[in-house]
Amino acid sequence: MSELVNNLNYYQKDALKEIGNIGAGNAATAFAQLLDKKIEMTVPSVDIVPIEEVPEVTGGIEQQVLSVFLKVIGEAPGSILLILSENSTRNLLEMILYKKIDLEKIDEVEISAVKEIGNILSGSYLNAINQMTGLNLFQSIPAFSYDMAGAILGSSMINISVESDNALLIETQFKYGNNEIEGYFFFIPNPGSLEKILKSLGFDTK
Amino acid sequence: MKEPIRVRMAEYSIGKCPDILVTIGLGSCIGIALYDSFSKIGGLVHIMLPKDNRNGLKPSKYADTGIPFLIKKMIESGAVKNKLIAKIAGGAHMFSNTGDISFQIGKRNIEAVRQILSEQNIPIVGEDIGDNYGRTMEFYTVDGSVKIRTYKKGNIII
Repeated sequence: MSELVNNLNYYQKDALKEIGNIGAGNAATAFAQLLDKKIEMTVPSVDIVPIEEVPEVTGGIEQQVLSVFLKVIGEAPGSILLILSENSTRNLLEMILYKKIDLEKIDEVEISAVKEIGNILSGSYLNAINQMTGLNLFQSIPAFSYDMAGAILGSSMINISVESDNALLIETQFKYGNNEIEGYFFFIPNPGSLEKILKSLGFDTK
Repeated sequence: MKEPIRVRMAEYSIGKCPDILVTIGLGSCIGIALYDSFSKIGGLVHIMLPKDNRNGLKPSKYADTGIPFLIKKMIESGAVKNKLIAKIAGGAHMFSNTGDISFQIGKRNIEAVRQILSEQNIPIVGEDIGDNYGRTMEFYTVDGSVKIRTYKKGNIII
């Protein structure tokens, strides 16, 4: 089953990209409503990444970032990871909370706000995927970490690494203004979930 | 100065004095540095999971296959097994507020690493493990010292 991740054809990858597109489009709309700002998103990429390279996918492996991790639960389990730079988080929190933010003294209210952003984005992302595929996926409560990007990405790969040496990352980047907010949003299906997702889109993976 | 040797997640490397072995961004993963102070040969492996490599995946991803594999490679490079000492770092609980079992992986990694090193009769002479912060490990084969860089606790020498 985990072999499928290494043997996806062009059409299957394209279909997964379309899932990312629909999900991210919906998430960007929710984000825009939350901030009352125009949020841009990149066309999602679907990458099969050797597990040892995952900690480096956002660039600075040792850079300090803020992140929200959610488990995707349901017929096709996986993970969602939102990664924000310090600068983006500060701008984002200042827009939402209407006060000056000092990340060195980040408090529970501010952490909750970051988690809630992860929650809203994931919920709308998965809703769109559910409508498209007929699957019923939902997210766990969000977990938060503010630390080294590599340590966060690596620790998010545990479920995937049990099944495979490769991770399938469906990635979208969000942007607002002139780099005021930039974020990475990853949907990472467990390798064993790929078959179910592709089947729900009408592919015969046998 | 020579470039440090990078050890990526689920990989290993061997170095000889004066090499520096570095693994960046240990979260729930554990970096295991083995050192023979006589031959000044060092080995570093970055494991992700405790055991149960059922699907024929990379041996250096697991504590139970990665540590014996590293020992074997070090002996092939000239290290002596009963001279080996270990320093370990990582096994953190990176994400707050969840009791979910899959988040306990750091703890399970620590238990497995301790058990396997004990079975191999390799003493742990230094460690910085558990807690909730990410770590970068720099292993100096000149004297076996390990510097751990963190954001939350600054630098730690073990």
